[in-house]
Amino acid sequence: MKRFLLPLGIFVLVAVVLGIGIWRAPQKGVILSPLLGKPAPQFSLPNLTDPAHPVRSADLKGRWYLFNVWGTWCVECRAEHAMLLNVQRSGRVALIGLNWRDEDAQALAWLQQLGNPYQTVAVDRSGREAINWGVYAAPETFLVNPQGIVVYKHIGALTEEAWTREILPRLPPPVASKS
Amino acid sequence: MRRTGQVLVLTALLACAAAWAVDPTHLEDPKLQARYVALTHELRCMQCQNESIADSPVDLAADLRRSVRELLEQGKSDDEIRAWMVARYGDFILFRPRFIWRNAWLWSAPLVLLLVGALVSWRIVRARTALVAAEPDGADGEP
Repeated sequence: MKRFLLPLGIFVLVAVVLGIGIWRAPQKGVILSPLLGKPAPQFSLPNLTDPAHPVRSADLKGRWYLFNVWGTWCVECRAEHAMLLNVQRSGRVALIGLNWRDEDAQALAWLQQLGNPYQTVAVDRSGREAINWGVYAAPETFLVNPQGIVVYKHIGALTEEAWTREILPRLPPPVASKS
Repeated sequence: MRRTGQVLVLTALLACAAAWAVDPTHLEDPKLQARYVALTHELRCMQCQNESIADSPVDLAADLRRSVRELLEQGKSDDEIRAWMVARYGDFILFRPRFIWRNAWLWSAPLVLLLVGALVSWRIVRARTALVAAEPDGADGEP
């Protein structure tokens, strides 16, 4: 009996290691952002809909916002658009868009055709700003708190599930915010 | 004769390899260029994940190569550039992982496995030796 102890022990060890690997990777291929818990990047970018007023991170301080990276070339962005409109209708948090590596005219046509869920859309035609946020595949959505700290990141199309399970619980209750 | 033909074809194919290169960047300073080539080969293209940013034709890889070039031209050291990338994309962007406490078990696994193997073989040898010693001479009838 004793001779089975060592192989069994090794088997259990390997099983535990692999088990942890599987259990901790529910979404294969999703890479944890080093930005979580850290201040969001500072930026000042052109405004897609209002060229006279650049979009500045400093102006966003003091309130919650969802920073959504999108482009008209991005298929999944079209898929998540209805969800973004729902988020906007809920009035719970402002949506700030980052139009990544796109053409202004196409982006404007997209918003006109599908509806504009964004409070403002910053333009990042060169792709430099997206790198500062560690973006590697649109769409990506970051939740930033009033202190300017990134508290949550969602990779891929924003889903109802991510909204109700991950984003809503992090936001302050809807009452008392009348300004 | 046929051999020469084959060699010629192979040489021609090798010469084509340069034309397939994804990245046409050329820095004036040969030292910077060498560091640029080394760095872009050890940074992962986050979108394709199994290619370096030097080999990937994806837009994001081109943007990251541009960042490497700009940081080099600003006089940043290799380690500063790696840290710049890790701050944005995490350790995953490095093809050569650093030794940090979170992956210490991974780095030490080969040594641990070697020790386990040594222990097992030592025990087997000891058991077999005891077996041979216990048997009378000439008992070994096998061919």
